[in-house]
Amino acid sequence: MKTLILSTAALALTAGLAMADTVRIGTEGAYAPYNFINDNGDLDGFEIELGNELCLRAELTCEWVKNDWDSIIPNLVSANYDAIMAGMSITAERDEVIDFTQDYYPPTASAYVATSDSADLESGVVAAQSATIQAGYVAESGATLVEFATPEETVAAVRNGEADAVFADRDYLVPLVDESGGELIFVGAPVPLGGGVGMGLRESDGALRDQFDAAIASMKEDGSLNALLIKWFGEDTQTY
Amino acid sequence: MFSYCTDPDTLGTFRWFSCYLTTGVHMQFYASFFKVLLLLAITAPVALAFGFVGAMAARSRIAPIGWIGKGYIAIVRGVPDIAFFLFFVIALDQAFEYLRHRVLCPDWTEPVRQGSDFLVCQQAKLPLGTSPEWVHETYGFFLAVITFAIVFGAFAANVLYGGMRAVPRAQLETAEAYGMSHRQTFWRVLVPQMWVFALPGLSNLWMVLIKATPLLFLLGIEDIVYWARELGGTKTSRFSDYPHGDWRMWYFLALLIFYLMMTRVSEVALERLMQRLTHGQATTGGEAQRKAVA
Repeated sequence: MKTLILSTAALALTAGLAMADTVRIGTEGAYAPYNFINDNGDLDGFEIELGNELCLRAELTCEWVKNDWDSIIPNLVSANYDAIMAGMSITAERDEVIDFTQDYYPPTASAYVATSDSADLESGVVAAQSATIQAGYVAESGATLVEFATPEETVAAVRNGEADAVFADRDYLVPLVDESGGELIFVGAPVPLGGGVGMGLRESDGALRDQFDAAIASMKEDGSLNALLIKWFGEDTQTY
Repeated sequence: MFSYCTDPDTLGTFRWFSCYLTTGVHMQFYASFFKVLLLLAITAPVALAFGFVGAMAARSRIAPIGWIGKGYIAIVRGVPDIAFFLFFVIALDQAFEYLRHRVLCPDWTEPVRQGSDFLVCQQAKLPLGTSPEWVHETYGFFLAVITFAIVFGAFAANVLYGGMRAVPRAQLETAEAYGMSHRQTFWRVLVPQMWVFALPGLSNLWMVLIKATPLLFLLGIEDIVYWARELGGTKTSRFSDYPHGDWRMWYFLALLIFYLMMTRVSEVALERLMQRLTHGQATTGGEAQRKAVA
């Protein structure tokens, strides 16, 4: 009897803890408009706004954590945070290590940006951020791949002539090209890559994934996700 | 910050910069300088303590303790810093959590490692999942301090070990002749005299430690290098009131000046310390001081 009471108490306690638990979401904070740091030094962007709304719907308390892109998956599996929202495309390779929710951003178009129309995309030097689907694509395209840890450096490599072109998410490149005063231009056709952007979670966190999955589904249904997409990516963006 | 900052597009260069350099992000950048200074202030004494214990262990007359001390020095000195920094922070964190897990959740039946996941019960998490963000950051900083102390402690141990051996044998023999025990000889004769021999090596280490602080960035701590890279990156007008091109070079130039100033101040301070320690010592430096006075 005593053990029964004790274990019931323990169960109640753990259940209470689980309820009050904060879900920590890891992001990069360097990939506008998905996630970036605004002038006040706070995280901002499409995923920050979306993540906060998802947590509200799933009735979770959420907290944002900044983490380098390179170590964003290792730190998730060693439980430094519980989820990733960092413009991460759903791919088969990543799915072997972590789990994904359904996509909250339709399969992305990636694009080449260079300083001139004549940039050689097939056999020239192309910059991409390391450990991204874009880097994988460039490596197989026959061009010489140069990898950088941050997206900023990939664009800088094109500006200073180290690379002929940069290959990245089109949404990341658009504001940069618009404000480069003609220095940077889009070259070639956009390339559809990946299975959409989703939220990454640990394989063993099935319950949390279902919660977020349901929240994303509800936002797709009532159109609030589309409104967010248009707010951050413009009228021309793909919606659900 | 200033009242005229509401519409930065209309400002002249000077006012624009006065607004730009006082934004919230820049305040975080300035605060990160103190983070680096704090790391140095905490790590240096802790590493010195690690080094002292390591050196004592290495010259212990009890063989196993001697092996531990020498092994510590040899292993840490032989492995690249970066490998250690990446290894320790993950390994220490998981070791702490595993120990807490065993103590706090004895009823847990599932394995801690499931595939690539490392799972402990909620109560064993460090810091607890419910802790505010500053606790997580402090914990990360604490791990960084330990890692720095372990790595630099090994180098300090080697320097102190050398310093202890450099104290003239005659001094120790005299102490023994006066009937001092081993312990007394160590603390009253050897330790006060070894610093002058160890200081050149230690000052070298201090310089290397100052220069190694950007490794904090590798450990996921938002230090000056992180902010310089973040702030210097291209900002477009869609996401910032202060759009600018790639200014990383200027931010890194500021860091360069900061580090040069740090090392210059340290050089002056260490030189003074050396003068004091040399006083009355049976070294060429001490001899020169004696002659200058006479």
